[in-house]
Amino acid sequence: MVKVRRWLPSLAFVAPSIILIGIFVYGFIINNIGTSFQMVRTRSGRLKAPGGFQNYTDLISDPRYQHALWNLLVLTVTFVAGTMFFGLLWALLLERGVRFEGAFRSLLLFPMAISFVAAGVIWRWLLSPARGSNAVGLNQLFQMVGLDGLQSSWYSAGRFNMAAMAIPAIWQLSGYIMALFLAGFRGISEDQREAARVDGATEFKLYRYVLFPQLSPIALSALIIVGHMSMKMFDLIYSIAGQSSYTAEVPATLMWTQLFQLNDPTAAAVNATLLLLIVAVAVIPYLVYTNRTEKGVR
Amino acid sequence: MSAATLEADQLAAVPARHRRATRGQKAWGSLQYALLICFAIIVLMPAYALLVTSFKRQADYDQSTAWQIPTHWSVEGWVAAWGTLAPAVGRSLVMAIVAAAVSAMLGSLNGYVFAKARFPGSHVIFVLFLFGMFIPYQAIMIPLSGLMLNIQDGAPWFSGIPTLILCHIIYGIPICTLIFRNYYATSVPTEIVEAARVDGATTWSTYTKVVLPISPPAFVVTLIWQFTSAWNDFLFALFLTNQTNGPVTFGLNALASGQNPNYPQIMAGVLVASLPTLLIYIILGKYFVAGLMSGSVK
Amino acid sequence: MRGKKLAALATASLLVLSGAACGSTTESGSADATTPASTPKAGGAGGTVGVFTWWADGSEKKGLDALEVMFKKQYPNDTFQNLAVAGGSGSNAKAKLASDLKNGNPPGSFQGHAGAELMDYIDADQVEPVDDIIKELGGESVFPKTLLDKLTVDGHIYSVPVDIHRANVVWSNTALLKKAGITSTPTDVAGWLADLQKVKDSGVATPLSIGGTWTQTELFESILASNLGADEYSKLFSKDGKWDSDGVKQSIEQYKKALTFANTASDGDDWPNATDMVADGKAAYNVMGDWAVAQFEMKGKTYKTDWDAFAMPGKENIFDFLADSFTLPAGTKNPGGTQDWLRFVGSKDAQTTFNKLKGSIPPRTDISSDGFSAYQRSAMKDFKSSDTKIVSSIAHGAAVPLAWSSEINTAMSKFYQDKNTDNLVSALVASHDKYAQ
Repeated sequence: MVKVRRWLPSLAFVAPSIILIGIFVYGFIINNIGTSFQMVRTRSGRLKAPGGFQNYTDLISDPRYQHALWNLLVLTVTFVAGTMFFGLLWALLLERGVRFEGAFRSLLLFPMAISFVAAGVIWRWLLSPARGSNAVGLNQLFQMVGLDGLQSSWYSAGRFNMAAMAIPAIWQLSGYIMALFLAGFRGISEDQREAARVDGATEFKLYRYVLFPQLSPIALSALIIVGHMSMKMFDLIYSIAGQSSYTAEVPATLMWTQLFQLNDPTAAAVNATLLLLIVAVAVIPYLVYTNRTEKGVR
Repeated sequence: MSAATLEADQLAAVPARHRRATRGQKAWGSLQYALLICFAIIVLMPAYALLVTSFKRQADYDQSTAWQIPTHWSVEGWVAAWGTLAPAVGRSLVMAIVAAAVSAMLGSLNGYVFAKARFPGSHVIFVLFLFGMFIPYQAIMIPLSGLMLNIQDGAPWFSGIPTLILCHIIYGIPICTLIFRNYYATSVPTEIVEAARVDGATTWSTYTKVVLPISPPAFVVTLIWQFTSAWNDFLFALFLTNQTNGPVTFGLNALASGQNPNYPQIMAGVLVASLPTLLIYIILGKYFVAGLMSGSVK
Repeated sequence: MRGKKLAALATASLLVLSGAACGSTTESGSADATTPASTPKAGGAGGTVGVFTWWADGSEKKGLDALEVMFKKQYPNDTFQNLAVAGGSGSNAKAKLASDLKNGNPPGSFQGHAGAELMDYIDADQVEPVDDIIKELGGESVFPKTLLDKLTVDGHIYSVPVDIHRANVVWSNTALLKKAGITSTPTDVAGWLADLQKVKDSGVATPLSIGGTWTQTELFESILASNLGADEYSKLFSKDGKWDSDGVKQSIEQYKKALTFANTASDGDDWPNATDMVADGKAAYNVMGDWAVAQFEMKGKTYKTDWDAFAMPGKENIFDFLADSFTLPAGTKNPGGTQDWLRFVGSKDAQTTFNKLKGSIPPRTDISSDGFSAYQRSAMKDFKSSDTKIVSSIAHGAAVPLAWSSEINTAMSKFYQDKNTDNLVSALVASHDKYAQ
């Protein structure tokens, strides 16, 4: 009893949040899953959704959905690789202390302060596929500096078009990854570097064998953050490619189209459930892993 | 990584470490600056295009000279953008401030419990909360939008900003809880809490007398983080509001996808819609970065 | 352990909270509502009429405002409530309308493209037939019979058209055509393609301007209707439509050829940019609905002097139409008021005033063209002419339901990438088989 009296107030503190999260996150997820399994018949008798798992097989076998999945894969791979590369590179350039470091850091990080929608407006213009005398944005810039060969259709054409959609995302988030790595480097004590140097390690070996291994938890965090952002990405694509763009379609934007253009909430619910599943497969092991290790420490 | 704490100072510039600069290091040094300057220019390029376009007159705007500085500097675009977006900016301010304040309060309560006043099962609940941070909101959007429409039917005043405030509070709970929990776990010595307990203090009075007074740094970080994410949100705005009662991201998207694009106005609109978050970034950059760090879960 | 139990408990209670999970549902309006026989009352039936539209900006708003004033005068007993929602990305408004209809709480009337786009509402019994009102307005004596045929679904008409636009119009820049030595209007699509080549030879980099996906669909459907003729084109949307016929394939080839003369576009590009290219002399031709007139006027260009327009040529004079119209939602609180509104928007006065302001043409053929613009007068003449064949637009929801037109758009977007005729044909056939009934 004493014990209960001791922790009951704690539970009371958190109760409002538990109820809200319970309803608005888990309750709604379950409700959405329910919708995804529904059978829907119009009053005139037409079958709009067969119900059960067939709703799922129907969507998964739809070429439009497969195209969206492919786009998501290309986007995610490019986005993750790009932000990790630039984030790490910038962190390496800055980590040993350069003059004006603060200024560089602020500049490289500033896109993070802007919303995806605002960034999308400008990148829509930058990534215009028009060429030649009609060119604007980046294509025009390339012409001006004599690099006509670099002109591209960007996200508007090609099997790997979504790699171009990753460019604005990389622009926005590389600074963030840089900040993460930079914090990681700063967290490693100077003694370790000195010790390695005394042992005669080259700079390369110092990074390879001493510093990088200690950054791997950060790299994992960064990977999960960027990866799950990519899977959820909606704002940027919506504001760059316009609503219901097929070429730049990913599951997150297709869900909007299904709901508002195709009047098919069932398919939208199936799509959303699958998206949740994809994200969960990536995130849950990570959450379990990090929270287990933490428990061990405390 | 426990850099999840507020030690943004970790990022603070480090004094140059290498006194004995060899020739190789000097060459590396110049390369380092060259690269940094290059990257900074690339990152700033979209901002340049935004700024020069926003100061052009609509009549002068010609896509063939889009990259050049204005022949006539004018604030016409800014005036027009402000005229269109001002009401939405006001709504966004109310929304972001209220949502940030309430979710920070909830986050502080939860964080305290999860860090220092646990109850059986609190760890599991904490992890369940964390997962709420990663879910794609598509997975809850259909039931959410249904519920909100139902509430709005009975209470029309609830449409628009109040709806979004509720959503941002609820879906902000996980990240706010995380920031506070990590802060309390590292910055509040368990002994103090225990000592207060032994003295017969209730959970509530321990919280108000011991924990809350040392919380301001965490509040600053959380408020900034929540303000920024509510301000920048587009997904909830698109699904749950419309142009007449929605936030500035909605207004900006509508402005930019209008049928006769007025580029100076649109580009000025991007800046108007980004101004509050950019100001926060410039003035309170340290806390902004700290918030980013806490986004990395641990 | 205890934590786990707690979590299980929480989950269980949530299951209850979330209520009806799996199971089957039926989309429904409120079924019991039946419309009382329409008995017009002088001054209106009384009560409030909430009218839901996307007309919140520009000339459309001006038109609606004018209608509001007139309606108040003619039906003093009724209270008009303007439920206009700014369009564009107003998905919340769409969700609101959908949920209001589903919950049996519909507005007095809502705006929709006349024709197949209303299918989803009709299918769910959310709108009621307005045959009586159409008849009362004069039926075939004031509306072209072919138009009424196109609006008829399962023997009933479900909305009153208030304006008509033509989608298959080729806009041209007179100076560029002159420079290319083109003096006469082509007589078929092949002739038009030859003219495009001439323009290109005269040194214009982009003879044809296009915009995003739906503008491409519109260009394609214009070519398609011209080649197939009205009957065969209209048959495409019925159960035994043949989307792999030679006529369709030939049209795809010609469309592909046309694209070689066009600028590079991305999915989301809107139409004004493409039309501007013609107005500014960067492109010689653009195929667009006749709302494009406003764009030329905004640029201060004069009809016949700076720009010209002709319908996509073919074996018949095709009028590829789309129409805004108003519905009678099932279970609306004040059906009498709604009927007043429908009678009003179908009337001569309302259609004259509204269309003059909006730049479209009236669906009624008994309206004098006095006071309409030069382009509108020519469109009205065409619309009335017995030689003209009226067909429904795919891109604008007149010919096919939303889901089908969205699938056609997807196919067009794919085609824009791969330019593969066979792929397009099979996609078009597949979507026909899926949706035609």
